[in-house]
Amino acid sequence: MDFQLSKEHAMARSLFKDFAEKEAKPRAIEVDETEEFPRETVAKMQKFGFMGIPIPKEYGGQGADILTYAMCVEELSKVCGTTGVIVSAHTSLCCDPILTFGTEEQKQKYLVPLAKGEKLGAFGLTEPGAGTDAQGQQTKAVLDGDEWVLNGSKCFITNGKEADVYVIFAVTGKVEKRGKLMKEISAFIVEKGTPGFTFGTKENKMGIRGSSTYELIFQDCRIPKDNLLGQQGKGFNIAMHTLDGGRIGIAAQALGIAEGALERTIAYTKERKQFGRAIAQFQNTQFELANMATKVKAAQLLVYQAAMKKAEYQKDPKVSYSVEAAMAKLYAAEVAMEVTTKAVQLHGGYGYIKEYEIERMMRDAKITEIYEGTSEVQRMVISAALLK
Amino acid sequence: MKIVVCVKQVPDTKGGVRFKPDGTLDRAAMLAIMNPDDKAGLEAALKIKNENPGTTVTVITMGLPKADEVLREALAMGADDAILVTDRVLGGADTWATSSTLAGAIRNLDYDLIITGRQAIDGDTAQVGPQISEHLDIPVISYAENIKIDGDYVIVKRQFEDRYHMLKVKMPCLITALAELGEDMYMTPGGIFDAYQTEVTVWGRKDLKDVPDTDLGLAGSPTKIAKASDRVAKGAGEKVTPDTPKDAVAYIVGKLSEKHVI
Repeated sequence: MDFQLSKEHAMARSLFKDFAEKEAKPRAIEVDETEEFPRETVAKMQKFGFMGIPIPKEYGGQGADILTYAMCVEELSKVCGTTGVIVSAHTSLCCDPILTFGTEEQKQKYLVPLAKGEKLGAFGLTEPGAGTDAQGQQTKAVLDGDEWVLNGSKCFITNGKEADVYVIFAVTGKVEKRGKLMKEISAFIVEKGTPGFTFGTKENKMGIRGSSTYELIFQDCRIPKDNLLGQQGKGFNIAMHTLDGGRIGIAAQALGIAEGALERTIAYTKERKQFGRAIAQFQNTQFELANMATKVKAAQLLVYQAAMKKAEYQKDPKVSYSVEAAMAKLYAAEVAMEVTTKAVQLHGGYGYIKEYEIERMMRDAKITEIYEGTSEVQRMVISAALLK
Repeated sequence: MKIVVCVKQVPDTKGGVRFKPDGTLDRAAMLAIMNPDDKAGLEAALKIKNENPGTTVTVITMGLPKADEVLREALAMGADDAILVTDRVLGGADTWATSSTLAGAIRNLDYDLIITGRQAIDGDTAQVGPQISEHLDIPVISYAENIKIDGDYVIVKRQFEDRYHMLKVKMPCLITALAELGEDMYMTPGGIFDAYQTEVTVWGRKDLKDVPDTDLGLAGSPTKIAKASDRVAKGAGEKVTPDTPKDAVAYIVGKLSEKHVI
């Protein structure tokens, strides 16, 4: 077992760090204040291949591994949680299901421009009445000749109005499972601009405020029959598989937020003087920092392990990374919340002031315990594997 | 069109500077980056490559084997080939020995345009680029802020003390790049993995063309370092404690005025 990054990974990390410092960090406060989607930064990420990191080169991607992708989200999130989640939602939630379940034609038509950075992707599973319980889906898709007709709405969709390509889930019928009549869910690829596909409310959020979170509305939205993603009725499996991968991205985001807060807190406690000495010289500060750093390191190891496990899966689909991804997300998200909360405390009054950015990190951290499976869902996934 | 870009691995000044007993830099002990002006030159070369299909960009550096890192970085940004000139006998080179070495290496290559950075942040001499052009007997345009390719010519906006020069020069020629010449470019993640699959050509003393031993390494360096030090310690400064903010402002304004800042 080797905990050293390879030369390639070390260089990739330095690239992401350099980019994050130069491009994402200077805009982070403004993105949070104005809720403006950071288009300029995203355009640069698209230009330099950040939007297709783990996608094979034959489909326009960078052909790098999941660890490289996770480090990208991590480094971006150290300085701007919004920028981190834009990459994560695009890559894990839109590119990945098309790569895994799409036909060759769908990959050529949708995945190639997504991975090349010509288009942005999003994912629509959640509905007002269907969060953790995906069976609560109300959006319906009915086959009418050569077209599927979608009706319903999706909410809390990251990259909502900015995306070009959406992976959308809808009920396509009913099936009997274990004696119960269950909804049959299928996945579809929907393009922005399709008649009948519009945007509803923009959410005014606590954190990751620039990530363009919108309601998607489908009213007699007709899409080609060929835009069914994977097999009809396999939507639930596609969604769960996609979220397994997405959790690595969100775990990396949480890790980055925690690292960013820790770095700033170390620097601050060395500078801030009270009672004639730097607050870093007080044992309480030292112990808090030690606890924070240890947890951040543990989170990093879990996130990287999950990323490497997914890389194994890509070589051998029999390998499961679901539990590792759930553990990484559960732990990293809770560490992010704990570390950012302590970081605010160690900053004292300044931690409560927006200029110091720590309060933003605390607000950004909270969502990592909620989206792409709440911490409670992660515990369900982990315990189900333990007790099966 | 063939472009050769000279790059140098330099100590990241943010990471501190260390010296060997002979007064030369202890490069192995320091964090290292691609010299910023060289990076601007590389960015300009890659932009020309993107705009002129068929253009190739070769990067070359002289340094320790560790300098391979900046070549990989250049490859990951989009350079086509990389050459590392490394040999014990080349160690401790001043600008003359460095330019002799690089010219000796470049004589093996076909080129239309050579781009170097204006100067390196570890030496700040701005001599190596112009010296290479002298060794190769080609024109040099220093302090370039903008380059346009026009057939066999380059049109260069050259910064001068109180004005610009617009120069149209027939290639082959050498240009030294200001930071303004570059536009922010980054490696691509996939480019990094490819860069480590690409073979870097390694040349030693024997591969240098038409360079006498007397022009190489520490022995071939006419520059003798009398003394080198890390940071020059700042003076203690002046502490004043005016009675009121008004007095403080008056004092500061007085000082600034005295020093002709305002």
